[in-house]
Amino acid sequence: MNFMTEAMAQAAFWIVVGLTLAGAVIAVFPRNIVYNVLGLVLALTGVAGLYVFLGSMFIGLMQLLIYVGAICVAIVFAIMLSRPLHLEVPQRKLPKVLLAAMASCLFAIALIGVSLRTAWKPAAERGTDWSVATIGELLLTRYDLVFEVISLVLLVAILGAIVTAGFSRRLTS
Amino acid sequence: MGSEMASDWIRIIVGLIIVLAFSQLNALFLVWLERKVAGHIQLRYGPMEVGPHGILQTIADGIKLVGKELITPLSADWKLFVIAPVLVFMPVLVAFLVLPFDENLVIRDMNLGVLLIFAFSTLSVLAILAGGWAANNKYALLGAIRSVAQNVAYEIPLLLAVLSVALMTQSLRFSEIVAAQCRVWFIFLQPVAGLIFLICATAETNRAPFDIPEAESELIAGFHTEYSGMRFGLFFLAEYTNMFIVSAVATALFFGGWHGPFGFSFGLPGIVWFLLKVYILLFVIMWVRWTFPRVRFDQLMNFSWKVMLPLSLLNLIVTAAVLKFI
Repeated sequence: MNFMTEAMAQAAFWIVVGLTLAGAVIAVFPRNIVYNVLGLVLALTGVAGLYVFLGSMFIGLMQLLIYVGAICVAIVFAIMLSRPLHLEVPQRKLPKVLLAAMASCLFAIALIGVSLRTAWKPAAERGTDWSVATIGELLLTRYDLVFEVISLVLLVAILGAIVTAGFSRRLTS
Repeated sequence: MGSEMASDWIRIIVGLIIVLAFSQLNALFLVWLERKVAGHIQLRYGPMEVGPHGILQTIADGIKLVGKELITPLSADWKLFVIAPVLVFMPVLVAFLVLPFDENLVIRDMNLGVLLIFAFSTLSVLAILAGGWAANNKYALLGAIRSVAQNVAYEIPLLLAVLSVALMTQSLRFSEIVAAQCRVWFIFLQPVAGLIFLICATAETNRAPFDIPEAESELIAGFHTEYSGMRFGLFFLAEYTNMFIVSAVATALFFGGWHGPFGFSFGLPGIVWFLLKVYILLFVIMWVRWTFPRVRFDQLMNFSWKVMLPLSLLNLIVTAAVLKFI
């Protein structure tokens, strides 16, 4: 019985990993931007599933609420405000593709480097309390500055969106 | 160990079957009730032919829907078109995991139950968007866009209203929030939050007067214009089940959950109180729909961003200040 649970947990893990990767592929390759967003949704939901596997329901739900519920819906908004969907999509330009590939390769190398250099410990050995209350307290004490800086980034993004929207509106009218 | 796990599985499967059966039955009943309420408000009788007072009417309608042909428009994006009605129903099912029907009648009493419901409810917007876009129809796309805009606008005050309740109980677990209301319901301590929650919940479920995503007179049927048969039925089912869920959440957060008024249960079990309050709230939602005219889109947006959002923020600040200094 125990073996079966183990096997099912393993299977579920790989299914979630597969969904995440499939979502990432859909997010990047199709030329249809609605597919891209929905692929991104799938990938981010998969990441939320991975957080649940790591034992933090809270982070998983927050991932869903913030990245899927807020960020992806905001991206949808941006798409709706941009060029009409039924128009022919322009060809991908080679320099742009190369630059994007280079940037993502750099990022991937950095990520792999960091994860190889980190000495990973099983969660049980770390033995720290990661309850919601602790996370909240840490966010408002030790990581206060990081928290505030992140909100500043969001503020800048909102201001940028307003400026961009206002600019394009002045152009059309 | 083994039998314990088996019982866990049986618990989940039985819970799932009950939830599925209940959501169908509930939707059948609510559609009938809606037509009856609409009829009586407009001085008509509503459905009267099938069964006593037309109670079997929606069953006949349901059988008709199941038997109808599933049409996929030629120019539609068929992959998303087919998957959207399934996607819209999935978050609805998840919500039933944590709804507290009675003190011990919960499938899973999670410490993040409230968060779970709101995290998953955002998925249904994306499903509506996928369906409306995939249909490749102007009205459907307009309805989908409106739905996204409306959901973004009303999600924020809704969450802020819930947050002020969570601040008072210092918990996101439904059972603890309900237990804290055994004497005084939170609607009396948090009337502003309760009102904001009800208004935003009406908007989130795309109900009149906030039903501009499917405004019949301008958009035919909004995002589900091109859907037929049981695919349309699933959207319909999801809408009515969503109404039940928001009413149940409102009952648990503001109207005392399974408690009777002021701690008197009058010998009735908790689930009776809970369902009674949920269906009273559902009746109110229908009453509102057939009383108020539909708002205009700009009115809707202005109301959310310029009235509801500042009000809910103010309410949250006052709640925090009162809790801190008293």
